[in-house]
Amino acid sequence: MAQKTPLHQSHLQASAKMVDFAGWDMPIHYGSQLNEHKIVRSDAGMFDVSHMTVVDVAGSDAKSYLRYLLANDVDKLSIVGKALYSCMLNESGGIVDDLIVYWLSGDDYRVVINSATRDKDLDWLNQQASRFDALELTERDDVAMIAVQGPNAREKTLALFDPEQHSVILDLQRFAAVEVGDYFVARTGYTGEDGFELLMPNNMAALCWQTLLDAGVEPCGLGARDTLRLEAGMSLYGTDMDETTSPLISGLKWTLAMQDDHEFVGKQALVDEQSSGVKQRLVGLLLTDKGVLRNHLRVITDQGDGEITSGSYSPTLSRSIALARIPAGVSGEVEVEVRNKYLKAEIVKIPFVRQGKSCVTSGSMSNE
Amino acid sequence: MSNVPSELKFLSSHEWVLIDGDVATIGVSDHAQELLGDLVFVELPELESALSAGDSAGVIESVKAASDTYAPVSGEVIEINSELEDSPERINDDPYGDGWMYKIKMEDPGEADDLLDADAYTESIAEDE
Repeated sequence: MAQKTPLHQSHLQASAKMVDFAGWDMPIHYGSQLNEHKIVRSDAGMFDVSHMTVVDVAGSDAKSYLRYLLANDVDKLSIVGKALYSCMLNESGGIVDDLIVYWLSGDDYRVVINSATRDKDLDWLNQQASRFDALELTERDDVAMIAVQGPNAREKTLALFDPEQHSVILDLQRFAAVEVGDYFVARTGYTGEDGFELLMPNNMAALCWQTLLDAGVEPCGLGARDTLRLEAGMSLYGTDMDETTSPLISGLKWTLAMQDDHEFVGKQALVDEQSSGVKQRLVGLLLTDKGVLRNHLRVITDQGDGEITSGSYSPTLSRSIALARIPAGVSGEVEVEVRNKYLKAEIVKIPFVRQGKSCVTSGSMSNE
Repeated sequence: MSNVPSELKFLSSHEWVLIDGDVATIGVSDHAQELLGDLVFVELPELESALSAGDSAGVIESVKAASDTYAPVSGEVIEINSELEDSPERINDDPYGDGWMYKIKMEDPGEADDLLDADAYTESIAEDE
């Protein structure tokens, strides 16, 4: 039996097309994935992301534990409520999962990890915890999560709150969170747009969803979520990275805190990889020819083959875009094998799109 | 339930065919566009190319998947709907009208008898719905 989020009934009422996602019955779209994508880029959309796994970390060893567990450094969290994106690595430097950690207060932290990797992540969290004494890990399956995203998302989210709470919500910094009433409000997301990710008790989720609907926030499915995050150049676990790829070849070097006083699982493997020369890199591709890039297609370069890790169609650019892992020294143009044809694609800087605007400044787009 | 017009013939691979004398107009069914979702790219057969029934006759791609299309009958491609190049969403909006894909001048109009009628096609997709 597929698992259902507290919003399952709300999705059915909104005529969602439901699909299996990592054992959860989730909405892929509510009619048109393209329209949902465009609404998030131009107005405000919401996603049920209650399938994500939330774990609270507490105890006087919590900070030491998280510094050891994560390749980014929670010591950077200098203000209560601040969030940090990080990978957790295995001993070989491969990525067990990517996550966001929030500093709640004192010794209390909150970690949000992927749903598809829940079981192995919880095993890993517990395994690494055995080195520490004063530590308590609590999975929060009593909370639901709704992401409200888009240029009008923050304003429309105010409908959930009393007027005297509005200033706290609007003053919240990017990549920070605050508890307001029963809500945990984080100014984070996975779309390249401004907005919030809201955590709330399961029994409040349906009312929250309905209030946001009434405020003009459109329901959006996992399909749009994927094209939005791809345009934003955000990696997807299991697709762009996994246990066999290090952050160094996954476009995530910026998330590594390699300084001397930060020992963490997998650090030595990363040091070794760097000293022997990093062989690949993750890049953005913009298809110059007509067609659509797809996951796992072969990328042909003058320095050997690479592979598309996430390929799709960019509704904002009206072009196909992709993330691809290719030999480290390649730049300029490459070819992609699509059904026995060789299509031209250009290596471009990611993100492709940020806050509704194209970031692609390549020659091939200059005529548009 | 998707729309299956009774005057059309079908392939189980979801192409529809409108027979008018020896000219067959071809598109993909409402059910197919529903399955694929928003279409973003359509590759049509070349004008004046010769196709045999069952030949691959192009590709339609949605945001999530690519799907080959097949020639339902044999003959020469005499017209293609080049509007689809810039507006593939016509297939989503109007699969049996503006979303038509190409026309074939049939070598043997008798081939149309081998196609599924609307009832048979409806039955073939019933399992998906």
